[in-house]
Amino acid sequence: MARREAARLLRRLGPLAVESWTRGMPHSQHESANRIVNSCRRFHWIPSLQRPLCGPTTSGGIYEGQSSAKKACEVQKHTFGSAATHIQRNPAYSELNSDDVSYFKSILGENGVVQDEDRVAVANVDWMGKYSGASQLLLLPKNTTEVSKILSYCNTRRLAVVPQGGNTGLVGGSVPVYDEVIVGLSGMDKIISFDNVNGILTCEAGCVLENLSNFVENEGFIMPLDLGAKGSCHIGGNVSTNAGGLRFIRYGSLHGSVLGLEVVLADGTILDMLTTLRKDNTGYDLKHLFIGSEGSLGVVTKISVLTPAKLPSTNVAFLSCNDYKSCQKLLLAARRSLGEILSAFEFMDHHCIDLAMRHLEGVHNPLPASPYKFYVLIEITGSDESYDKTKLEAFLLRSMEDGLVADGVIAQDISQASNFWRIREGISEASVKVGAVYKYDLSIPVEKLYDIVEEMRCRLGDSAEVLGYGHLGDGNLHLNIVSSKYDDNTLERIEPFVYEWTSAQRGSISAEHGLGLMKAEKIHYSKSPEAVQLMASIKKLLDPNSILNPYKVLPQSVL
Amino acid sequence: MKILVAVKRVVDYAVKVRVRPDRTGVETANIKMSMNPFCEIAVEEALRLREAGAAAEVVAATVGPAQSADTLRTALAMGADRAVHVLHDPDPARPFLPLAVAKILRAVALQEKPSLVILGKQAIDDDCNQTGQMLAGLLQWPQGTFASKVILDTEKQKATVEQEVDGGIETICLDLPAVITTDLRLNQPRYATLPNIMKAKSKVIKKIAPEDLGVDIRSDMEVIEVNEPPKRKAGVILSSVDELLDKLKNEARVL
Repeated sequence: MARREAARLLRRLGPLAVESWTRGMPHSQHESANRIVNSCRRFHWIPSLQRPLCGPTTSGGIYEGQSSAKKACEVQKHTFGSAATHIQRNPAYSELNSDDVSYFKSILGENGVVQDEDRVAVANVDWMGKYSGASQLLLLPKNTTEVSKILSYCNTRRLAVVPQGGNTGLVGGSVPVYDEVIVGLSGMDKIISFDNVNGILTCEAGCVLENLSNFVENEGFIMPLDLGAKGSCHIGGNVSTNAGGLRFIRYGSLHGSVLGLEVVLADGTILDMLTTLRKDNTGYDLKHLFIGSEGSLGVVTKISVLTPAKLPSTNVAFLSCNDYKSCQKLLLAARRSLGEILSAFEFMDHHCIDLAMRHLEGVHNPLPASPYKFYVLIEITGSDESYDKTKLEAFLLRSMEDGLVADGVIAQDISQASNFWRIREGISEASVKVGAVYKYDLSIPVEKLYDIVEEMRCRLGDSAEVLGYGHLGDGNLHLNIVSSKYDDNTLERIEPFVYEWTSAQRGSISAEHGLGLMKAEKIHYSKSPEAVQLMASIKKLLDPNSILNPYKVLPQSVL
Repeated sequence: MKILVAVKRVVDYAVKVRVRPDRTGVETANIKMSMNPFCEIAVEEALRLREAGAAAEVVAATVGPAQSADTLRTALAMGADRAVHVLHDPDPARPFLPLAVAKILRAVALQEKPSLVILGKQAIDDDCNQTGQMLAGLLQWPQGTFASKVILDTEKQKATVEQEVDGGIETICLDLPAVITTDLRLNQPRYATLPNIMKAKSKVIKKIAPEDLGVDIRSDMEVIEVNEPPKRKAGVILSSVDELLDKLKNEARVL
């Protein structure tokens, strides 16, 4: 009876009950129910790998991607225009031949060299189904030595290479543009060691973030970052893209949490900087070059990261505000009243909520009666449950009296809290289901953050729906424009206006998503020419043959 | 008309439960505790009945240690009018079983004199599914268990309950006062909204000791050991029917 009950309860509570609750709480895994609930949410890029069942999920996206990937040989890019079509394949790169494949087989074994059409097709397309390459070879090294041999060979042969982690990036940085060889690190998923006194985790780059979270939580710690893609993304990819995420406001950037790296350079040199020391002021801190360089300066193979202690109590509130100014003032008040226990401050507009309700399964609106314009999700994490809850309630009641908050609910148990997070994390997933989504990830001064959303609404009118949501606590807006299909007209109305506007505010055109292919030619909107020149010099120094992730990150003109 | 709702503080549904290293019970230190999901449904049903005009007052009650007051506060924040907290510190070696809970609730019910007592059908920590039925027996009241729908007729003082039974749905009619236990499909519990949380601060929680109720809750059972269930062995993929027959005959011995 009990198991049947669990299954029924889970069907009722839906995906939110099996969602792994990684925000400072132990979580549940009702395995049999997982299968029932998650059969439609499964995210597979490489079907042969076992993986927990959360993460970026969209059945629409997957089928789209696979069908377009099958056409990869004829269609080089599945994009709708933009920078991609202006880049020609660099003739300096060699083309793959059978000798190369034989060599790879000799160092990686038969299993490490994948030429199977279907598997390569999957690795050729990004998560959104927006970027599609034409690679014919996927390599799966199992250790750093193999990575080193691959790169050394490719450097000599001048074969371009794309390092690939979980392939969940949003700017086309993880898939080939042309026929670059894909080096997938999913086979390097060992946890090497964990210092459970200091919370220092050392692992290989191919570990899935969610698996690492589960592991360290068992030990009483948490990963310093958390994102919607956690079920699929690799820590190596997170580090290479300096991923931000939902815990950024509390635990800061990976530049601060990563203690050491092992990186393989373009010529195969293994750079061992895998220290677990908190403090080490000996020489230039090279790891920072690789954190955020999106695989263009080296392939990250091992990481040591500082994990914060898991605090027992988490409380989540879902609030509605009348206007954007209230959201801002609420942020300021939250920093003051909840300061040391504030662990997330996310905002979304009502368009996002409507979209989430329409397209996500198993979610229900916590504030159905509210016709409000803006919603805020606040999470606090501390060591004493009732003390924190009292603090949160007092803060929210004060905010209500001050008119900052129009209405709100506080989660009474983990399932309710998961529901709130599901809504926020599911906006991205829901937007992909509409058809086409143009994603922009901008850092803008908080006072002006929402202005761009309204401007875009004016510019696009009825042709597309504009969603504004993001990490308000970090000044990071995720501007998503959804419509039924990709078309160049809509794109023209969006770009370059969005970038110019952001540049005028001295903001960043890519707060956390990186440049990848999508914004490879756009760096000048946020960085000075001198800085870009220096970046190009560093690139040429570390990768003179430019084999690592070509056509991306920096503009072609400076390389 | 008054409705009494009994709620229980349990390990949160989403927590992965572990056995304590000394095997005396389940790990509950530093673990998130919440209201039992079926009890949430019970509170929600009581509130809906009150909103529909069938009841005037909803009283939440619980039996447990001091921290159980949090669960009562949740019930109050959802909208209950007041609460009764019977203080009892659990002893891990002597489990606090449904019969004792039922005896206490009976005493509370005789004091409060509700027309309806609503409980969750079972608690997710012990899965006993006994308290409601025992309470009805002790009170000599009719019971509608596994309710997936409740319709109150205050004029005729009857309750029509649709019960979820293994064969389908059974509809029964109860004379009030009665005991109802809630099943999953009865309703979707509401969230605790800020205005209600604010109002809840001024609501009364009455504290009582079991002795005051004249109830003897001595437990006749003793916990010897608590263990995790044995790990499931991996399945074996067989390559032929002959192999299957061989295994069924010689290993499983079912042929």
